[in-house]
Amino acid sequence: MPRPDGATALVTGASKGIGAAIAKALAADGWLVAVNYRSDEEGAQATVAAIEEQSGRAAAIHGDVVDADPGDLFAAAEEQLGPVLALVNNAGVRADNLAIQIDDDDWDKVLDTNLSAAFRLTKRALRPMLKARYGRVVNIASVVGPRANAGQANYAAAKAGLIGMTKTVAHEVARRGITVNAVAPGFIETDMTKDLAADVAQVVPARRAGKPEEVGAAVRFLASDDAAYVTGTTLYVDGGMSA
Amino acid sequence: MATAVTPEAVEKVVFDALPQFGAEPSEITREATFEDLDVDSLDLAELSQIIEDEFGVQLKGDDVGKIKTVGDAIDLVVSRAG
Repeated sequence: MPRPDGATALVTGASKGIGAAIAKALAADGWLVAVNYRSDEEGAQATVAAIEEQSGRAAAIHGDVVDADPGDLFAAAEEQLGPVLALVNNAGVRADNLAIQIDDDDWDKVLDTNLSAAFRLTKRALRPMLKARYGRVVNIASVVGPRANAGQANYAAAKAGLIGMTKTVAHEVARRGITVNAVAPGFIETDMTKDLAADVAQVVPARRAGKPEEVGAAVRFLASDDAAYVTGTTLYVDGGMSA
Repeated sequence: MATAVTPEAVEKVVFDALPQFGAEPSEITREATFEDLDVDSLDLAELSQIIEDEFGVQLKGDDVGKIKTVGDAIDLVVSRAG
């Protein structure tokens, strides 16, 4: 069944970086886009403006995925745009340290934002998707998780958990025309990675960091009608790192 | 505004909803088992959402796991409405 008219995509953490690129890619493919942000309103509005400049429709939706009632985020998106039939769980944080030095707050914060919030939003998103017999959930995971990265035990746990959750939820709802997939970015040029080692070229076969737009393109495909038979999978956008 | 919970009202909502999950309308009775109607756990989870939207009565996963027949589901909703 093709994407219904007025279908809206909710992208969490879309004020900048990968989230903003995803929002723009989805808008270019005809989705109405709810650009969620926690604190960077200016960034979110800039994303909305960029989308509108390309004749798309978008709205900035404020809310911290950890604290906000998922119902409120969805209601705001539905009121301003349309029925939310795509959810991109992109909001994520890092709090890096060796395992023996990660305190409870840093563990909880990373698990809550990157995994638990994604679950709560997915659960809420499935309600209208089940009724519509159509939906797309894309979870932004990472090469870290399936792969080790010293100093990121909390992040790795959350991202690996996200991939596990993706597969099981995909199985549960596949026959309702709802696909659930993960995208696993490698080194991507964003604020979140600018303090990481500059010698990315040493570890990445493609000899460069990826661009946010390249992650956006992967999400656009998975959210499209062309990907209706793709579910429960993880698409790595990592220049060959995981191969 | 939630619809008043009466056995008749719940029966109507449940009987009307079941065909969308593939149940054969002529086979839907209070005594019919969900298994016979080919209605599985995902269908029942959706049915719970429909009931919650209509009557404001929330059915938890554990509740739904115990019901076997259409009558069980109707009785459960009525009892949860208190």
